[in-house]
Amino acid sequence: MPEDAIATQTGEGAANSGPANYLNEPRGLWSWLTTVDHKRIGVMYLFSVLFAFLLGGIFAILIRVQLLHSGGGIMKPETYNKIFTLHGVVMIFLFIIPSIPAAFGNFVLPLMLGAKDVAFPRLNLASYYIYVVGALLGIAAMVTGGLDTGWTLYTPYSTSTNGSVSLMTLAAFILGFSSIFTGINFIATVHKLRAPGMTWFRMPLFVWGIYSTAIIQILATPVLGITLLLLIMERMFHIGIFDPKLGGDPVLFQHFFWFYSHPAVYIMILPGMAIISEVIPAFSRKNIFGYKAIAYSSVAIALVSFLVWGHHMFVSGQSQFASAIFSFLTFLVAIPSGVKMFNWLATMYKGSISLEAPMLFAISFLLLFAIGGLTGLFLGALSVDVHLHDTYFVVAHFHFVMMGGTVMAFLAGLHYWWPKMFGRMYSERWARVAAALVFVGFNVTFLSQFLMGSQGMPRRYYNYLPQYHPMHVVSTIGSWFLGVGFLVMAGYLAVSLRKKMDAPANPWGATGLEWQTSSPPPTHNFEQVPVVTHGPYEYSLMGAGK
Amino acid sequence: MNSWLRSLIVPIEGTAHAAAVDRLYVFLIWLTAFFFVLVAGLLTYFVIRYRRRGPDDRTPRITHHHGLEFAWTAIPLALVMVVFFWGFRLFMDAAVAPGDALEIQVLARKWVWQFEYPNGVRSVNELHVPLGKPVKLIMTSDDVIHSFFVPTFRIKQDVVPNTYTQLWFEATEPGVHIVECTQYCGKGHSTMLAKIFVDDEKKYNDWLENGGDEGKSMPLAAFGAMLYANRGCHTCHSVDGTRGDGPTFKNVFGRPVRLIGGRSAMADENYLRTCMMTPQVNVVLGFEPIMPTFQGMLREREIQALIAFIKAQSDLGGVPPAGSAASSAARGPSGKP
Amino acid sequence: MSDSAATLGHGAHEPFLQHHFESPEQQADASRIGMWLFLVTEILLFGGLFVGFALMQSRHPEAFLHAHHHLDRTLGFINTVVLLTSSFTMVLAVRSAQTNDRRRLIVFLLLTIVCAGIFLGIKCVEYSHKFHEGLLPGSFYSHRGDPVPGEFMFFSFYFMMTGLHGIHILAGMGLMCWLLRRAVRGDFSSRYNTPVDFVGLYWHLVDVIWIYLFPLLYLIR
Repeated sequence: MPEDAIATQTGEGAANSGPANYLNEPRGLWSWLTTVDHKRIGVMYLFSVLFAFLLGGIFAILIRVQLLHSGGGIMKPETYNKIFTLHGVVMIFLFIIPSIPAAFGNFVLPLMLGAKDVAFPRLNLASYYIYVVGALLGIAAMVTGGLDTGWTLYTPYSTSTNGSVSLMTLAAFILGFSSIFTGINFIATVHKLRAPGMTWFRMPLFVWGIYSTAIIQILATPVLGITLLLLIMERMFHIGIFDPKLGGDPVLFQHFFWFYSHPAVYIMILPGMAIISEVIPAFSRKNIFGYKAIAYSSVAIALVSFLVWGHHMFVSGQSQFASAIFSFLTFLVAIPSGVKMFNWLATMYKGSISLEAPMLFAISFLLLFAIGGLTGLFLGALSVDVHLHDTYFVVAHFHFVMMGGTVMAFLAGLHYWWPKMFGRMYSERWARVAAALVFVGFNVTFLSQFLMGSQGMPRRYYNYLPQYHPMHVVSTIGSWFLGVGFLVMAGYLAVSLRKKMDAPANPWGATGLEWQTSSPPPTHNFEQVPVVTHGPYEYSLMGAGK
Repeated sequence: MNSWLRSLIVPIEGTAHAAAVDRLYVFLIWLTAFFFVLVAGLLTYFVIRYRRRGPDDRTPRITHHHGLEFAWTAIPLALVMVVFFWGFRLFMDAAVAPGDALEIQVLARKWVWQFEYPNGVRSVNELHVPLGKPVKLIMTSDDVIHSFFVPTFRIKQDVVPNTYTQLWFEATEPGVHIVECTQYCGKGHSTMLAKIFVDDEKKYNDWLENGGDEGKSMPLAAFGAMLYANRGCHTCHSVDGTRGDGPTFKNVFGRPVRLIGGRSAMADENYLRTCMMTPQVNVVLGFEPIMPTFQGMLREREIQALIAFIKAQSDLGGVPPAGSAASSAARGPSGKP
Repeated sequence: MSDSAATLGHGAHEPFLQHHFESPEQQADASRIGMWLFLVTEILLFGGLFVGFALMQSRHPEAFLHAHHHLDRTLGFINTVVLLTSSFTMVLAVRSAQTNDRRRLIVFLLLTIVCAGIFLGIKCVEYSHKFHEGLLPGSFYSHRGDPVPGEFMFFSFYFMMTGLHGIHILAGMGLMCWLLRRAVRGDFSSRYNTPVDFVGLYWHLVDVIWIYLFPLLYLIR
C-alpha cells in the first residue's frame, strides 16, 4: 500500500491550501458551479444541508420559546402553526433526507470503493441543482405566506386551508427527484465501480448502508411524488380523490403519504447507522463484530420498511385487522436494528477505545438511539399507541431517533471526515465542549417530552393545560443548551478552515481506502488504482499504531 | 412502587381498560429500562475497561459468534412477540363495544364537540355519562379530520368527515375527564377541549332531564361568561376587540351592525338570539358564514345568560336602545361588570 | 456485429468513454443499471395513479362505468396501434445503430418521432372533444345529464393519467430529437450506441404504460 501521504505546505499557490488537491484545483467559482467531481458536489451539499439545519433550528428555538407560555407568548396561534410546519418541512426535506447520503455519501463512497467518481457524475451535479431549485421554491413558499398544515399535509385540512401549500408541495416534489437520482447513482456505483479485489463482503459497511438507503430512495420517493401531485391537483382542481365532500377518501391520503414517509425514516437512519459502523471499529481499533449480520440487516430493514406504514394510522379508522398486521410487522423490523446495537457494543469489547470527537458522537448515538428505538416499541404496541399517538411522546420518540440517532451520526461523520475533506484538524477540546452541550441539551429538551406525552399533552398545541407547564419550561431550557452547543461547533469548525492544512492522510489510524490518499484528496482520488486484498476492518492485521 | 411510577407517568385510570393498558405500559417501561441499562452499562464498562493504553495496543480479531448472535436475535424477537400479542388483545377488547352500550352521537367541527343523546338532548363541549355503564360514541366530522382523545381513559379515535368512527368506554372513576382534539385542525386545535362528566345514575338521569345544576345559582352574566368559555364561543369571538373568525363581542350590543347583502340590523336581544339559532340569517359584513347553529344545544336560560354576557361586554349594555323590543330575553339583571 | 471502420489506435481514449470508467463495457453496464432503476421509479410513479384509480373506481363503480362510455374506443385503439408501431420503429433504430447503419438510424428515429406526433395529435382531438362536452377534471366538470353523480372523478383520473403519460411522450420526443442530432453528427456506431438503446428502453416503458392505460380507461366493463 502507498505510504501515508502527509500534506505539507508548499511555497506556491494559496498560502493555506497546500499542494494540488480537489479544493484548490481547478480554481474559481465557475469551476465549482460546473464541477462533476463528487467531492466538490459533496462539499456543496454539506454546506447546503448545514444551512437548512440552521434554518430549521431557528424555527425550533422559536417553537420552544413560544411554548414557555400557554397562549400569548411571542406569536399568534396562526403563526405558531406555520412555524412548526416549516420546522418539520425544512428539517425533513432540506436537511435530514439528503444529509448523510448527499454530503458524506457523495464525498466518501467513491473513495471507499477505490473509484475515481460516482457512476454518473453529471447526474450527480444535476441532483444538486435540483435540490437547490427545490430549496428555493420552498423558501419562496415560506416568504409568500407559509403553510400551517403540519409537515404531514393531511387532507382535507391541507386541501382547504389558505397558504402556500401547493408551492411548498411542488418544492417537495422537485426535491424528491434529487433524492431519486442520488439513489440511482449510488447503486450503479456500488455495482460497477469497485476497485479490483473488492468483493461485496470486502466493502465497508458504510457502503452497505448507503446502498440499502438508495434502494429505499428509488422505490419510495416516486410514490411520494405522485401523492404530492395528487394533492396539488386536489387543491387546485378539486379532482375529488381526497375530498370527502366530493366522494373521495381523506384517509387514502394518509396511506399514500405514509407509504413513502415510513420508508423515508429509514432513509434517515440507515446512513447514520452506516457511519457508526465505520467510527466504532476505527476508535476501538478492532474489527467490526458481525459484518455480515450488519450488512444483511441493512438490506432487511430497507425491504421490511415498506410493510409497516400503517403503524402511523392505528386510530385513523383503518380496520383492526390492518392495524394488527402493521403492528406485528413493526415489531419484526425492530429486530435488525437491535442486532446492530449489540454488534457495535461487541465491537468495543476488548477493543482499544479512544474518545476523540467522532467517537463521542458515536457513543451519544448508541445511548440516544437506544432510547429512541426502545420507545418505538411502545408505539408499535396497539393499545399503548392508542394512548400515545399524536402526543408529545411521539415527538420525543422521533427526535430521539432522528436527532439522537441520525444527527449524532452525522456529527460523528462530520468530525471523522472533516480532516479528509478539508485537510485541517479542528480543536479537539472545543469539540468535546460542543459534544457535551449537545448531549446534555438534547436530553433535557426531549426526555421531559416523553413524560408530557404520556400524561396526555397533544402535539401541535399552542395552548396547553397548566399541569404541563413545568415540563415545557424544562424542555425549552434544554433547547438553549442545544443551540449553544451547535453554535460552538460552528465556531471551531469555521476557525479550522482558516488554518493552514495540517491534517495527515490518516489522522485516526483507520482502515479504509479513503485514508490511503492525502487529506484532502487530489481531484482524481488516488495516484494509483488501489487493489484490495482483505476486508475493510482488519485492525489486527494493521498492527500497532498508525 | 408500580403505582407511584404510574402516577408519575400517566394520568389517573378512568376505566378498567385504562388500568389494563397501564399494566402493559409498565411492563414495557421495565423491559425497555432493562435493555437500556444493559446497553448503557456495557458501554460504560467497555469505555473504561478497554480504554486505549498506548499507540501500540493490540486487539483480538473477533469477527462473529454465532451463539451470541442467535441469542440476541431470538430473545428480543420472543419478547416483542409477547408485547405484540398483549397489545393486540387489549386493542381488540377496546374495539368491540358491549351490545347494551348507551349510544351517543358525536359531531366534531372546528373547533367544538357536539354531542347528541338518544332522547334528543344535545350539548356542546360537555358529555355526561353514567358511572359504570358502557357508552359508545358514534362520531363524524363536519369539516376536517379531528381526533377524540381522553387521556384518563387511554382511548383515542380519529373523527373523519363523511364517515363514522366509533369508540367505547365504561367509566369507573367519577368526576371530570378532559377530552382533547389530537388531530391538527387549524387555529383552534389546542382549544378544542371537552369535558366528560362521569356521574352516578341519579345525577346522570337528572342531568338528562334538566340539564344539570351548573349555573343555577349564578347571576346570568357570570353564567354566560362560563358558557362563553365552555361552549366554544371564545374560539371565534373575542371580548377585547381583536378580530377573529367571528366579530368581537366588545361594544357590539346596542349598536347597528352591517350585514352582507347590504342589510343592517340593530344588535339587540332578538338579534343575538337569531345569531345563535339561525346564524346564516345575520352574517356580518366582512366575515364568512361559518358559524354553526346552536339550535337545540342551548337551554333557554343558557341563551339568556349568553345574551347577558354579551351585553356586559358593551358600554351600551345596560341601556336598551330606544325602540328595541323588551323581549323575554331581557328579563333578569343584566349584570354589568 | 461488424466492427466500425473508424477504429481507434491503442492507447487513444475513445471519445465517448468517460474518465472515471475503465472500459466502454463498464460504462455501458453502469449506464444500463442506472436506466433500469430510473424505469422502476417511473413504474412506481404511475403505479400510484393506477392504485388511486382502482380505489376510486371501487367506490363509485356506476359513475366510472357511465363516464368511460364518453371515451372514443376507436381513437384509443388507433393510438395503441400507433404507439406499438413507434416501439417497433424504435427497435429498428437501435438495431441500425448497432449495425453502423447511420442512414437507417436517422430514418427510424424520424419515423418514431412522427408516430409520437400522431399519437399526441389524436390525443388533442380527444381532449378537444372532452372540452366541448364539458367532460373536464374536478371543478371544471360541466357536463349535464349524467345518470349518476361522480363522473367528474373518472375524468379527473383520465386527464391526470393521460396527461402525465402525454408529458412523458413529449419528453420522449425531445430525447429522440437529441438522438437525431447526435446521429447526424455521427456519434453512434456499433462500438457506442447506449444512448439509443436507453431511449429505446424508455420509449418501450412509455408504450407499456399506455398498454395498461388503454384497457383500464377505455375498455373496462
